[in-house]
Amino acid sequence: MRKNSLLGRIYFGLVLVILYLPIFYLVYFSFSSGKSMDHFQHFTWAHYQTLFADHRLLAIFLETLMLALLSSLIATVIGTLGAIAINEMRKPAKQRLYLSLNNILIVSPDVIIGASFLILFTALGFTLGFASVLLSHIAFSVPIVVLMVLPKLKEMDNSLIDAARDLGASGWQVFSKVLIPALTPGIMSGMFMALTYSLDDFAVTFFVTGNGFTTLSVEIYSRARQGIDLEINALSTIIFLFVMLLVGIYYFISKRQGKKAKGVGGLIK
Amino acid sequence: MKQKHLSFLIPYLLWIILFVIAPLVLILGYSLTDAAGHFTLHNFVLFFSGGTFIKMMLNSFWYALLITFFCLLISYPAAMVLTKLKNQQFWLMLVILPTWINLLLKAYAFIGIFARNGMVNQFLHLFGIGPVPILFTDFAFIFVATYIEIPFMIMPVYNALKEIDPALIRASSDLGASFWQTFRYVIWPLSWPGVESGIQAIFIPSLSLFMLTRLIGGNRVITLGTAVEEYFLTTMNWNMGATIGVILIFLMTIVMILTSGKRHKKEIDL
Repeated sequence: MRKNSLLGRIYFGLVLVILYLPIFYLVYFSFSSGKSMDHFQHFTWAHYQTLFADHRLLAIFLETLMLALLSSLIATVIGTLGAIAINEMRKPAKQRLYLSLNNILIVSPDVIIGASFLILFTALGFTLGFASVLLSHIAFSVPIVVLMVLPKLKEMDNSLIDAARDLGASGWQVFSKVLIPALTPGIMSGMFMALTYSLDDFAVTFFVTGNGFTTLSVEIYSRARQGIDLEINALSTIIFLFVMLLVGIYYFISKRQGKKAKGVGGLIK
Repeated sequence: MKQKHLSFLIPYLLWIILFVIAPLVLILGYSLTDAAGHFTLHNFVLFFSGGTFIKMMLNSFWYALLITFFCLLISYPAAMVLTKLKNQQFWLMLVILPTWINLLLKAYAFIGIFARNGMVNQFLHLFGIGPVPILFTDFAFIFVATYIEIPFMIMPVYNALKEIDPALIRASSDLGASFWQTFRYVIWPLSWPGVESGIQAIFIPSLSLFMLTRLIGGNRVITLGTAVEEYFLTTMNWNMGATIGVILIFLMTIVMILTSGKRHKKEIDL
């Protein structure tokens, strides 16, 4: 392998170039006057000015963030409680049954989740809008939280709980002072995953959102279907900078924590 | 503890009933009824008698297979190089970062890149090749889908390769194995779990990339995922849409049973 190492590096570099090319293509043309992504015309900030004057789009951006925070928070609570409940089941067969039910939404294609939730909300007589999108996002985030918390429960030392109870802790104290702190890393990564699931989702939201509510993904989709709009390019520059900042912070924190941290592996969705 | 166990279980159980079991029952119910709500098998008969649906089904699976295959072809060597680099965490971060950019934005970028006067055609023009229609073709759909899924293959393969004991590879070459022999008999089998989870992470989502077929693939209904979207949101024939959905679920279950069976055998081997 050693003799191929230069060739290997070139190959890896090429893969990285391909991964970033579309993103930089968008950023590059966000500074171009004109209306297309063909030829760079003149340098201009005009698309950024349009973007910051576009209150509708900014409102959608904030609503998308709020939706993600709210849904991941609620999903984390339900998922953590569910993981604890599953862990306490005595029969392995029962545990397996719950875990398979849990994993159904993880392995289902997004269109199936979206379509079946659409049927569900209609059957319940639910109006499509913010509430239906929020419920859907909670619903598809719960199983991933369970999967993140469960391993932490398995590796936890049960004598900790026995010790706390022997020392006279009440049920609530055991839960809040012993169990939850021990599970915090799992809970945090579960919530993080739920957040990214929600921010990234398009297909499910597209099915269950009515006319009143849109998320950023759905808005980008409907604009992109109408053709090139360089305001979207400006938006993607902003999002790219934002993501770089977040990932950079995460990288340096995990680097500072040293070998104990799992590294950037936790970043993948 | 028994009582607390129950109160922990209730919200989760409610979630399972409302968002896992009820949707499955409802979609099955819709697939077995007509618009008036009467029981019928007509939708399934329509699916399996008309050649278009069967063709679409095979097409979906063929495309998902191609996307997964190309992802593996590109990602495996990249992951192997990655295990040899210094600052692996940094390079890994660079691989993962694009997955954080919204999928729709990346698809939108390709509308520009593949356009009639876009980057690719400008590049081809240098060699005197006239504008080639790329956008709105099946090739464009497969290319963009592969592009989007590559990091999801590099990641698990890298993790699997990282876990291989370097002593095994040294031992194999000490015993006179060529690079290809080492790869074929040591590295590839040991990294298979990573490849398998990469395949699972790519194959099934590839079936539901209807937004890509809409934006890049030229608005034609070429995969089952697009067909579900078409029937639910455009033509509003929910019963037929649900039927296609049920068939998709059924096929997926078969795929999953097949892959999990393989894993079981592997455990015995070890």
